[in-house]
Amino acid sequence: MAGQNQGVGQVEAQRAHFATPLALRSGGVIPEYDLVYETYGQLNAAKSNAILVCHALSGHHHVAGHYADQPDNVGWWDNIVGPGRPLDTDRFFIVGVNNLGGCHGSTGPSSINPATGKPWGADFPMVAVIDWVKAQARLADQLGIDAWAAVMGGSLGGMQALRWSITFPERVRHAIIVAAAPKLSAQNIAFNDVARQAILTDPDFHGGHYYEHNTRPVRGLRLARMLGHITYLSDDQMGEKFGRELRNGAFSFGFDVEFEIESYLRYQGDKFAGYFDANTYLLMTKALDYFDPAREDNGDLTATLARSRAGFLVISFSTDWRFTPARSKEIVHALLARGRDVSYAEIDLNFGHDSFLMADPHYHAVVGSYLARITL
Amino acid sequence: MTNTLGRPDFAVIAGWVEPGHRVLDLGCGDGSLLKLLIEQKGVRGWGVEIDDANILAAIRNGINVIQGNLEHGLTGFADQAFDHVVLSRTLQTVRHTQGILGEMLRVGREAVVSFPNFAYWKNRQAVLNGRMPVSEDLPYEWYDSPNVRFFTLLDFEALCAEMGIVIRERQVLDERGRIVTEEPNFLGSLAVYRVTRGR
Repeated sequence: MAGQNQGVGQVEAQRAHFATPLALRSGGVIPEYDLVYETYGQLNAAKSNAILVCHALSGHHHVAGHYADQPDNVGWWDNIVGPGRPLDTDRFFIVGVNNLGGCHGSTGPSSINPATGKPWGADFPMVAVIDWVKAQARLADQLGIDAWAAVMGGSLGGMQALRWSITFPERVRHAIIVAAAPKLSAQNIAFNDVARQAILTDPDFHGGHYYEHNTRPVRGLRLARMLGHITYLSDDQMGEKFGRELRNGAFSFGFDVEFEIESYLRYQGDKFAGYFDANTYLLMTKALDYFDPAREDNGDLTATLARSRAGFLVISFSTDWRFTPARSKEIVHALLARGRDVSYAEIDLNFGHDSFLMADPHYHAVVGSYLARITL
Repeated sequence: MTNTLGRPDFAVIAGWVEPGHRVLDLGCGDGSLLKLLIEQKGVRGWGVEIDDANILAAIRNGINVIQGNLEHGLTGFADQAFDHVVLSRTLQTVRHTQGILGEMLRVGREAVVSFPNFAYWKNRQAVLNGRMPVSEDLPYEWYDSPNVRFFTLLDFEALCAEMGIVIRERQVLDERGRIVTEEPNFLGSLAVYRVTRGR
């Protein structure tokens, strides 16, 4: 925030091993697994000041700070974590974890399947949001954290915070749900499926066992990310940032990059396809599609959220058309109907769904003020 | 936006709520009324606000606050979820008067409405003298007023009758916040009503 603007500085990832099998929502079982995670700040003696930050589709455990050997590798939500920042590390102990099925160090499709000695690939079982939350709860057990002061996340991360409050009500004192929805719409699922089809139909996909063929479905993954990026931005912002600008000032009447927006999307697609695992992308988008905690109550979200005990802060963004303010309000109204503690802010920001990652002063003040009033 | 200093109507409203009641305050500002009702009466409270600065102030006050525009009604709020729905000095700023009154009694068992009385004698005098009134309870110049509806106690009561709304209690205050019993539509500057749906 204002002033020195110092973050958490140098950080190190840690690894936790879990030898107890985890039964999954899909019916599958993961016999044993690792989770990589990072922590910032100090856990207090009462272990009452811990905040779990859940990541979205393409995120990971590296939430804030940088690594000693990679000073430019800054965490994906660094602007909100640090001394004096909304997630104030002088007061809170922040935990970021890479979810099961991920590709940043936690057990996932690119890990070795102990049964075969080969990468899991397409055999990695389908994981749901509730599985991530259960795995995160085991990490909390290892860290000695009985109840989180807050569980927080944006987008798919916000859905994990929501799921935490329902599945482990006694372990979540506050849930901060940003740019999320209680379930995906048909349109949301449609976008996800086009992204998956791009990967699944890439000749280099090899039914998900591309690791054995020493190749990767880079073209499909690139297309999936390009499509995703369109849904993360607002039309206005795209217009302002790129408009109809041409890279070379004139039409070239070909299919190479001409418009700046094409250049931007292709760059983002290439960058992402260079490091992200396609199987993980498939799993994460399916976890999004399946997310619907109210399904346990015949679609009655009010009944589902009646099981929660947390205080809630729900935040949406005016230009987010992936998960619109109306979707966030479904959560708010279900909580209000049962007299739950909930506050809701609709932030006027021009960055579409990606607004949740921006360092907007009002947005950050809302989060910081809410957290500041949490008693430890 | 509500003025939070020197609010004699707050004391009246506090007298009408019970511990444990659920109170929804529409146009809650920084949450001052709810904070008072929570601390002094032990109610559970939620506010609705449109303004960013007030949202932040209410959160800082530790008050549950929902950002929303009252002109769009209370869409999505469940029926009869609250014991009291309060609209404090805000009805005169809302264009859809009947809409908001109907919504208040849909989501709440009771509605509490306070508003400045346009027929207060000083306001009448101002108009007789050829100027729009500016007073303790109508503190704005005509050109910068957030008020879009100007009405009196009699007007409000006629509207309630038309809408089938039952007035359970009424408290009328003068400019200094003292209770007015005689000639309320003439001597009252601010009116506070407690209303319900007719059965």
